[in-house]
Amino acid sequence: MTRRVAILGAGPAGLAAADAALTAGAEVILLDEGERIGGQFWRHHEQLTDRRMQHQHARFAQLRRAVGAATVHCEASVWRVDADRGIRVHALLGPADASGREAITIDADALVIATGAHDRALPVPGWTLPGVITAGAAQALAKRDGATIGARTVVAGSGPFLLPVAEGIALAGGSVVEVVEAAGVGAIARGWGRAPWRLAAVAGKSGELAGYVGGLLRRRTPYRFGQAVTRIHGVGGVEAVTVQRVDARWRPIPGTDRTVECDSVALGHGFTPRLEAAIQAGCDLSTERFVVVDDRQATSVASVFAAGEITGIGGADAALAEGAVAGFAAAGGALDDRRIRGALRARTRMHAFAARLDTHAIRPGWTSWLDDDTIICRCESVTRARLDEYAAASSRAMRLATRAGLGACQGRTCGRTVETLTAAGVDFDRRPVLSSIRIGELARLHHAEHKEQE
Amino acid sequence: MRIAVIGAGAVGAACALALTEAGAEVIVLDRVGVAAETSSRCEGNILVSDKGPGAEAELAILANRTWRELARRLDGDRMPGQPATEYEAKGGVVVAFGASAGVLADFAATQRAIGIRAVPVSAAELRELEPHLSDAVEAGVHYPDDAQVQPSLATQAMLARACRLGAEFRIAEIIGARHAHGRIIGVETPDGVIGADAVVNCAGPWAGAVAALLGGRLDIRPRRGVILVTTPMPQRVFHKVYDADYVGAVGSGDAALQTSTVVESTPAGTVLIGSSRELVGFSAEQLLPPLTEIAAKATKLFPFLADTMLLRSYFGFRPFAPDHLPAIGADGDVDGLFHAAGHEGAGIGLAPATGELIAHAVLGSPAPLDPAPFLPTRAGLRSAA
Amino acid sequence: MSVRIRFDGDEIAGRDGQTIAGVLLGAGRRSWRSAAGAERGVFCGIGVCQDCVVTVNGIENVRACQRTAHEGDIVEREAR
Repeated sequence: MTRRVAILGAGPAGLAAADAALTAGAEVILLDEGERIGGQFWRHHEQLTDRRMQHQHARFAQLRRAVGAATVHCEASVWRVDADRGIRVHALLGPADASGREAITIDADALVIATGAHDRALPVPGWTLPGVITAGAAQALAKRDGATIGARTVVAGSGPFLLPVAEGIALAGGSVVEVVEAAGVGAIARGWGRAPWRLAAVAGKSGELAGYVGGLLRRRTPYRFGQAVTRIHGVGGVEAVTVQRVDARWRPIPGTDRTVECDSVALGHGFTPRLEAAIQAGCDLSTERFVVVDDRQATSVASVFAAGEITGIGGADAALAEGAVAGFAAAGGALDDRRIRGALRARTRMHAFAARLDTHAIRPGWTSWLDDDTIICRCESVTRARLDEYAAASSRAMRLATRAGLGACQGRTCGRTVETLTAAGVDFDRRPVLSSIRIGELARLHHAEHKEQE
Repeated sequence: MRIAVIGAGAVGAACALALTEAGAEVIVLDRVGVAAETSSRCEGNILVSDKGPGAEAELAILANRTWRELARRLDGDRMPGQPATEYEAKGGVVVAFGASAGVLADFAATQRAIGIRAVPVSAAELRELEPHLSDAVEAGVHYPDDAQVQPSLATQAMLARACRLGAEFRIAEIIGARHAHGRIIGVETPDGVIGADAVVNCAGPWAGAVAALLGGRLDIRPRRGVILVTTPMPQRVFHKVYDADYVGAVGSGDAALQTSTVVESTPAGTVLIGSSRELVGFSAEQLLPPLTEIAAKATKLFPFLADTMLLRSYFGFRPFAPDHLPAIGADGDVDGLFHAAGHEGAGIGLAPATGELIAHAVLGSPAPLDPAPFLPTRAGLRSAA
Repeated sequence: MSVRIRFDGDEIAGRDGQTIAGVLLGAGRRSWRSAAGAERGVFCGIGVCQDCVVTVNGIENVRACQRTAHEGDIVEREAR
């Protein structure tokens, strides 16, 4: 009998999983919250996207053709995943946050979770000013809307992802004042060798990274290492930032500050995996809080597989390789099958690249650039001083007293930061409902169920 | 006299406060932390509206007065790290659809006879109290004395006050007890024995298990409840509004899923939507049926809720006593062991009065009302075990 | 091709297919919501942070970065 494989997320990992599962003979149902497949990496709009921002476009075109044989649900908000007695996925179909969307339930023999990651942006005094966005937002606006947040943007944070962000802003018509990377030259030399784009050749990344750096040079955009935006200035909007040198622990070095005029800031300090669906399905997490998978990308839960950023931050190429393995295995394919050999080799190669991203991992000294009145939880406007007041309370008591992480985003933005500042495991990723659903939509589920029984 | 209070929920915190204020040396033990379970997974009800004539109504009327004074005392003199209780005497509005209007009116009359303010309101007056209520609702009763606290914060505040007066709070799990000559002389934790002249079991839905660990017995079971929370919005619900069938659900002992609508706003701008009752042990499974049924009923009461966004939902376990009365007082078998548990959904509201009854039982302080109906040794509770 | 929406009583034109956030940014608006008295607009841009929510045609809490603008949409500010 044909196996039914449900796949959550149509980014590189999910698309590769769908392709491989189809190859192995499965029936595939692919769900994504976006209006089109592609995920964040291939976020696009047929008319609005500048083709120069579409990397590996040929691969995307191939995958798009391949998943033509799958059932694809875009604009699908998956709000619940049950994996304890067989796989059951609950989703709503319709425009983002609309009222009265169509409810669907999908039963499957196997599930591939490929929900990806979102940017982590560390709080900085002034980061709630209009004009401050995440690096991922800058990229999404450039790709999806052909829009920029301002005319003169400082891109700051850590990691090679800042480079395509700067390029995207420039291609969308903005200007990048500088790119500010917190990892120092020394750390980068140790992690990557003297020239990141040259050493990344091991992973086949050299062309892409060199292209970005070339773009910076051409546009005369400074690329600073061992520095950080430690304060954002402005009234009603961004007017300037303070950039400071930071030590190896990311602690700002006094006396090194300079003011850079700009009207916008894009912040990105790495990524946070979107684990909610995997946690709801019951998957074990590692101490570093990624989904634990074996060689087949199988999780600790029977028939549940995971691929891409939720198993470790590794970028699109790692996600493509992992996704292919996960999809193939979920469809019942064996790892010694020659059709999956290429993906297995690519996965090994890309994991070597991913290990180098540790060079850019957040270091603990950053907290010293916070003020007492810096907002940590953006939804509920909770300041650092307010969190400190409840440092001794249990995590649940702290949250209920301060409301940190209890707002509209449910700790998705501040969760990891609150954990750092309160030194407590807060468990923000555990949620009974995975995505936005309206009360009336829940009510309709009840009415539908009762009609069935009658 | 050294007293160990087991459980740092609302009832444990209130007992600790009452005992400390009466001069005892108190240590509060909880395996997780303050308000870590039931007391942070509920609505913080301080209700008189759902009580028909009887012992629990007397306790609720007393507790309603006590809370008003206690909240003023706690909030008027806060220390760093002590949150405000968010006490709000917002009043309750109980509404009825169709034929149940007569039942509600009769019930309110019996409440007025025992001194509960229960004011019948016309359809027009209902619209003034709650402009967004469904047009289908024709009758209601207004209970001006129904109140609410943010339960976790109120619990934190009571415990903080007790600690300021000398009580000690420690995170520790109880694994057994020490006895001498039929009397409890301490509790065992993984880190050693904590000596005590008396032990007060305030372990909520786990009180039965704790009683057994300590050599006593108590029949308390978990009764699961689910609550939905919307995203913050401009205020559209002004009282605690609930369907008259809530009273029936509270009083029922049926194990199967029962839901009845309770809707209210919080100071944070969210709307809390309840409620469900199920005797399913400590299960975390099959949460969709209560979730969707609560949503269906709530939109019938307040149609605007249909377009509001669910922010989150949570569930907790109420301590359920088979005869629907809390167990407050001395254990029947073990000297020095006391229980304060089994308040089901009324634990936050009844906590301060429970604290006073425990101070009476343990220290001989004056009793605020007749303790006899609540004694753990009563027939209704022992026979069910 | 263009799309026109109403925001704060003004008619704003954007490019067909843009999100509401894209249309507002294109018209030079960088904030359209207030939180604790301060202005907010788009932040994460991918539907996670909820900072950009607006009321669209009377329905509250719609993420401007996720919702494609449609001709005649009436977009209103929210305050928290």
